[in-house]
Amino acid sequence: MRWLLIGIVWLYFLVLLVGPILYMASQSFSEGLAAFWAEISRPEALHGFTLTAEITLIVLVLNLVFGTLTALVLARQQFWGRSLVSGVIDLPFAVSPVIAGFMLILLFGPDTMLGALFGQAHIKVLFALPAMILATLFVTFPFMVRELTPLLQTLGTEEEEAARTLGANEWQVFVKVTLPALRWGLVYGATLTVARAIGEFGAVLVVSGNILLLTQTATLHIYQSYVDFNYVAANAVALTLLAVSFAILTVLEIAKARAETTVAEAGAQ
Amino acid sequence: MKIEVRGLTKKFGSGTAVGNVSFVVNEGELLGLLGPSGSGKTTVLRLIAGLEVPTSGDIFIDGKRVNDLTVQERNIGFVFQHYALFKHLTVFDNIAFGLKIKKWNRHDIEQRVLELLALMSLDGLGRRYPHQLSGGQRQRVAIARALAPRPSVLLMDEPFGAVDAKVRQELREWLIRLHTDLNVTSLFVTHDQEEAMEVSGRIIVFSKGKLEQAGSPADVYEEPATEFVARFIGSMNIVEGIVRRGQVQVGSLEFPAPGFSDGQKLQVGFRPYYVKVAEDATRYRQQAKLRHVYFLGVAYRLEIETADGLVLRSRMNKEEFRRYRFVVGQAVSFAVTHFRILPQESGGPSTDIEAGKPIPGPLTP
Repeated sequence: MRWLLIGIVWLYFLVLLVGPILYMASQSFSEGLAAFWAEISRPEALHGFTLTAEITLIVLVLNLVFGTLTALVLARQQFWGRSLVSGVIDLPFAVSPVIAGFMLILLFGPDTMLGALFGQAHIKVLFALPAMILATLFVTFPFMVRELTPLLQTLGTEEEEAARTLGANEWQVFVKVTLPALRWGLVYGATLTVARAIGEFGAVLVVSGNILLLTQTATLHIYQSYVDFNYVAANAVALTLLAVSFAILTVLEIAKARAETTVAEAGAQ
Repeated sequence: MKIEVRGLTKKFGSGTAVGNVSFVVNEGELLGLLGPSGSGKTTVLRLIAGLEVPTSGDIFIDGKRVNDLTVQERNIGFVFQHYALFKHLTVFDNIAFGLKIKKWNRHDIEQRVLELLALMSLDGLGRRYPHQLSGGQRQRVAIARALAPRPSVLLMDEPFGAVDAKVRQELREWLIRLHTDLNVTSLFVTHDQEEAMEVSGRIIVFSKGKLEQAGSPADVYEEPATEFVARFIGSMNIVEGIVRRGQVQVGSLEFPAPGFSDGQKLQVGFRPYYVKVAEDATRYRQQAKLRHVYFLGVAYRLEIETADGLVLRSRMNKEEFRRYRFVVGQAVSFAVTHFRILPQESGGPSTDIEAGKPIPGPLTP
């Protein structure tokens, strides 16, 4: 019975994960290593990787700053509408990314005040980098906040007060006490954000217009290559993204283990 | 340095945590703020530290008004109830924290930290992290960290609240020695009256944000200024009766109350060791039934009930107890040898009265 259950889990794992990955890997190299290299170093592919990296980096920085700020406010301040904000933060988890993208299209369309305003200022939001960043921000915003808020609540304010009684000003308190206490939470939240930003497809597809060499990210490039029957290109780029995601996941697991021991230490105190 | 608070008041919303409190902590003194939880004593400590802003009143440290100084500028050492050690820093870096903020040079920091580690019997633990220490060690690291930048006063919130009973006793004795050595003006908060009595030179008793009494442990114990203090400090029998012909009548018990007018309602308090109990029904004038005997380690506590249903506690040392053969449920005689008329709600001094010659016995307190 025990072996049967373990067998089922293995089978499920093989069919769902290992099989497809191995098959994809074999297909990437089906026309040789040179073809694989040619596909991932084509200008279109390189542009896709660069654009994905740019969006991910900008989104990560914005989420680090605003996610930490939001978590601090939610954990520490009592204000009108706090529970509303707290509830709405999870919304991106529940809403389909396509809908998120569609909302941006509506919001910044030429018929709206916002769209007209940016139009007059000759700032291109839709089908350009700004909208792609906004869409990715929308889907990744909850990660940081959800990771840091409970950590801050467990931390409490006593350590910060202790630092103040020892002469530390507010900036020193934040840098020397609050941030170090959050460090593994930050790593964990950042990893999730990066993984999600790299993999985002739906929301970005809607707002980017998928313009070759302009607004085509790595995931959009995979999609486009597949649609164009260029399977080697699709497989090669996909495998590269997969390798990056796997590396990130490894970092995540290490961070999780460290964060858990930190929480356990906090509990022991 | 001397600490003085005048008319200190702190309101949270509609509630008053601290109401018009004034007291002085003399230079070099170790003073305990004693009160039940929620009595506002921690708030007083936080107000002095600058962690809370008073609604009204003044705070002076070393004769200087510090109301407008931030917590960083007040140069106080604060020990938090749950230590609040920096978990991501070693013991050494925890103690060095305040010194680094104050930009001491590396050599001086190292010297000061090593000096404190030795003083706190923490030698060799500098590289440990807080989670690798015992409760008592964490407590000492917290005190070392607070003392490191040479604060003018040391404020401690329930310093022994979070350690077990045995360690608590060691820490108390250790704190008294430390205070004798360093002589830094210290103020600590506790809800444990025994702790306050043992550690402090002087006690201030708090209740519901009000200062009830300030005095030496002996003063507060022997001459409680209010009913609250009488009930809170040590154990006390408190009975209520009406004055008739100069005597407070409580069932068959009579307590002389000279100077009080007939018909007045008064409360009378007496410590359990002033209730003398004997098996012999004729030994003392009052009669009662023995309800329970409790063994307290150093003494026994007897619970007796009079025919009127009045339940009183008596305390007897072991030697005395062994002279009798008490059986729970038996009839006993008793007398109250010493009592106090407790002050009325309106205040006024409490009157100490030696019970008018009870039946003389061999057992004088």
